[in-house]
Amino acid sequence: MSVPSRLAPGRRTPDLDSEQKLVEIRREAERRGEVKSAGIRPAGSPFPIASPDTGYYGIPLLKKPAWTWEIPLYFFVGGAAGAAAVVGAIADYTGADRRLVRDARWIAAAGAVISPALLIADLGRPSRFLNMLRVFKLRSPMSMGAWTLVGFVSGASATAFAQFMQDRYGPLLPLRVIENAGQAVSLAFGLPFSNYTGVLIGATAIPVWNESINELPIHFGMSGLSSAVGMLELMGHRKSRALQWLGFGAAIFECMEELRIETHRLACLDPLRKGGSGAVVRVGGVLSGPVSLGLRVLSFLSRGEQARDLRKWAAMSAIAGSLITRFGWLHAGDVSAQDWREPLRIPHASE
Amino acid sequence: MSVTAFLTDSTLCIGCKACEVACKEWNGIGEDGLDWSGFSYDNTGAVGASTWRHVKFVEHAPEPGFGGNAPELNSWAFSSDVCKHCEEAGCLEACPTGAIVRTEFGGVYVQPDICNGCGYCVVACPFGVVDKNRDDGRAFKCTFCYDRQKVGLVPACAKACPTESIKFGEIESLRGKARERMIELHGRGMKDATFYDASDSSVRGTHAMFIVRGDPRSYNLPPKPEVPTIYLKKGWTSSAIGAGLLLAGSLLAFLFENGRDGR
Ligand code: SF4
Ligand code: SF4
Repeated sequence: MSVPSRLAPGRRTPDLDSEQKLVEIRREAERRGEVKSAGIRPAGSPFPIASPDTGYYGIPLLKKPAWTWEIPLYFFVGGAAGAAAVVGAIADYTGADRRLVRDARWIAAAGAVISPALLIADLGRPSRFLNMLRVFKLRSPMSMGAWTLVGFVSGASATAFAQFMQDRYGPLLPLRVIENAGQAVSLAFGLPFSNYTGVLIGATAIPVWNESINELPIHFGMSGLSSAVGMLELMGHRKSRALQWLGFGAAIFECMEELRIETHRLACLDPLRKGGSGAVVRVGGVLSGPVSLGLRVLSFLSRGEQARDLRKWAAMSAIAGSLITRFGWLHAGDVSAQDWREPLRIPHASE
Repeated sequence: MSVTAFLTDSTLCIGCKACEVACKEWNGIGEDGLDWSGFSYDNTGAVGASTWRHVKFVEHAPEPGFGGNAPELNSWAFSSDVCKHCEEAGCLEACPTGAIVRTEFGGVYVQPDICNGCGYCVVACPFGVVDKNRDDGRAFKCTFCYDRQKVGLVPACAKACPTESIKFGEIESLRGKARERMIELHGRGMKDATFYDASDSSVRGTHAMFIVRGDPRSYNLPPKPEVPTIYLKKGWTSSAIGAGLLLAGSLLAFLFENGRDGR
């Protein structure tokens, strides 16, 4: 019988001395945060010790959101489409420019096609999308969102369909009925559709989202409005004063939101301001807030062609900002979920 | 058919991981990969889509008498973690398909034939338990051995545990056992023994209760877990305000424009 290699002559077996050495190394690691002695620095050293101050080796307690890029894009598209439906319906009811009403309807309808596609693409089992409509759960924002989406899609697509048919075949009564009913439906569902995504991520265990639940829906709603206005402006409505005012309002609101994020004192909101996710949120906030506001002020002060050019730039800045904002917030959620201190209520080192 | 629970007594756990293995075998869960964590002897880290029981290896700074080790050596505590089967379960409330249900045994069960992998439960669990399996697409977690309980069997983990660290039984009688055990441990001088079932939080108690030594936070047990549904009122209020602003803003803008054009 051969001698097991770990007992082979010349090789050291663990004894009290070697154990003692190990203890010393660990003490050193504990004391100084690193071990200087050469040759004994296995990956991951120094060995962290589980304690109330470090949680369980600093392993994240929460799971990272399982969502991919489709979801922030869906938030953006849905927000813009919902707001466009509202703006379009109000413009119609107040007797504004027909072309504006029409273009707003197209934006809403495009959103009604793209939104469900994105949502379905993100599912782990896309073929089971209809399972979302098995139940109606007031206590689940995702369920409420799915039903809102269904309502919005039917309203917005019916309106656009009636619009399209009337353009071709003239104003027939049944088409007028569909158009008006569809518009009323897309107005009713567009309102929650523009901002429910804020509730969706706010009512979760992810600290940075949860802490912002009071602001998120309004923030996302305003962001959606600014991108809807921007899209309409890019479609040529750069003379509409109503759109200019709406754009102003949304940009002012986004400035306030950006200010809130930059001046907060809560460690759990750090992912909105620090690191990679902080940078993305900041770019989004600056583009949809100060930059688009500044460009709008300039366009207000200038005349003719130049004014319209500046509005075009303001519109593009608002749209880009709105899109980047959603990616930023989703990314911040990923970062926040990795922060084991928050759910364990352990103060951050900087506090 | 009664309301059941787990009581995981970490003072009895020897870290053998029999529960992990039994769970994987019974439920046919795949492996997690053979990666070294690089610290501690715990190479799994946490419960997840493919680990429904997970033994935590909690290493403490040398503290004479803690864990019965020699005074100069770090001491160990082991605790088998699992889905808490919350009384107010964030995952169950959040699930938009109704895939997650409360069973007749009081457990929280994900029906694999309904789940469409939306991933909303993942962010709704305050304990970071349920997770989406990227390959499969659906969400997975401990089933509380619903299939075994249905035919009167004890969950696989509790059955396999050689030290009865994982106890399983009717919830009220287990609570009583836990109380007795706490008195016993405190009497033996283990003053730091702590009972954890989150019953003083909005989760309103769990069907997986724990006895640990020291601060539950070093076992990644959150001191104040919150079921996210308590924030719904705030959220929808804010959503209503947002909708109001959007509606009022649009009305004002277009009416004002008309007014000016009319003049
Ligand atoms: S611990 Fe998480 S996954 Fe388990 S029942 Fe509670 S909320 Fe659901
Ligand atoms: S991933 Fe499955 S179990 Fe989880 S919330 Fe979505 S449908 Fe429900």
